[in-house]
Amino acid sequence: MFNSYHETTLRYHPERCINCRRCIQVCPHGVFGEGSERVALLREPACMECGACALNCPVQAIDVQSGVGCAWAMISAAIRGKDMDSAECTCGGGSDSCCGGSPDETPCCTNE
Amino acid sequence: MKAVQSSCCPESAEGKSPCTCRAEGSSIPQEIRTTTSEITASNRFDHFLARWGWKREAHIVKPGLYRLGNPTPDSMVFASANYTLSFDALRSALHGTDAWILVLDTKGINVWCAAGKGTFGTDELVRMIECSNLAGIVRHRKIIVPQLGAPGISWPEVIRRSGFLVEYGPVRARDLPLYLKNHAATPEMRRVEFPLQDRLILIPIEIIAILLPMLVISILLYFISGPFSALAAVSAVLAGTVLFPALLPLIPTRDFSSKGFILGFIVAIPFAYLFSHNPDLPGWASLLAGFTPLLLMPAVTAYLALNFTGSTTYTSRTGVKKEIFRYVPVMVILAVLGVVTGILLGASRLAGVI
Repeated sequence: MFNSYHETTLRYHPERCINCRRCIQVCPHGVFGEGSERVALLREPACMECGACALNCPVQAIDVQSGVGCAWAMISAAIRGKDMDSAECTCGGGSDSCCGGSPDETPCCTNE
Repeated sequence: MKAVQSSCCPESAEGKSPCTCRAEGSSIPQEIRTTTSEITASNRFDHFLARWGWKREAHIVKPGLYRLGNPTPDSMVFASANYTLSFDALRSALHGTDAWILVLDTKGINVWCAAGKGTFGTDELVRMIECSNLAGIVRHRKIIVPQLGAPGISWPEVIRRSGFLVEYGPVRARDLPLYLKNHAATPEMRRVEFPLQDRLILIPIEIIAILLPMLVISILLYFISGPFSALAAVSAVLAGTVLFPALLPLIPTRDFSSKGFILGFIVAIPFAYLFSHNPDLPGWASLLAGFTPLLLMPAVTAYLALNFTGSTTYTSRTGVKKEIFRYVPVMVILAVLGVVTGILLGASRLAGVI
């Protein structure tokens, strides 16, 4: 109830893992951790689907449909009759952009 | 080799000459610029303006290779974005270190956002490594990339295409001095949090984004139904843009929309009390007047709260999409009901019924 963030599109195939641990390095939310012989999936619900782990896995042991969790971008896409899944973070360089950057690179984009 | 593709970034930053080193087989390396670790008053002013969303496209540095201090062919190489806040965080964190900084052309967007779009990505990194003739400048083959660049970078592909091994540094540039002692990150250095300070710093840009519609609606309400209605509109917006980011972890429930409904409802209570205790109104009109803010204000605050997902550091697309389907219909129903009661009251007043 009142939690839409239980499920993610993250899929881990441990049988392919070669234990290089790049996924542990790149994940900003500690979703993966060290296991005895292979990397262990520890906190799947914390996944924000940024895609860093899958892109940096040399043996394709991780799948995730990466995208930006930005309601503004998805609602805008829906209003314009476009596919919500293909909505991109609309943070651009123009004056109409919406990106709130931080020196620590924390946020992604703010609503316009 | 083509520059990064980008469907969503307006090519606003003119004057940033695209690298032409590969054109017509010429191999003239780009010039190497020099920088320092010092953050000047002018840098700080630029950061301030960036925080307020002033001329977003103006906060850029020229892409290319930079010398920090007196780097040698054995000095470390760091990658950064050409957004002033990103570049300045890196160079100031490297105070006292002689290093090379390779600034990618991210169109003035910070590392994490640009990585999400792919502009801070494998193609651009490989392109800049080639353009800057990095392999001829340094003897080693390692480049330290901020961890939050990883959603755009595939290290196996970078090494295959450029020969450079990507080492992922910590999330925050300020952790670099400790990280560089033995090139190992603690779990904390690899984690992104969303502490109060990081949330508060977003407030100016949240307000700026909604300022104009808020002013127009409040002024209209002021003339249609008085100063307290105008104040209610401003309160609902400020609840969504100031209180919401500030109180985010303290508001019950996990979903942003449900948190927004709760916050908007609480903020609406004083207005509901005020409007329903107007001695000039008959009973039915008092009831309607009291319900109006309880319908409209939570809808507005919840919508702003839902849109804050794009500014956070942890919401997944799957979750946000679920939120949109779950809660936007509720917001629409509440808002329509609220507008209908408001119109009923206004019409009654015009007709002289109340």
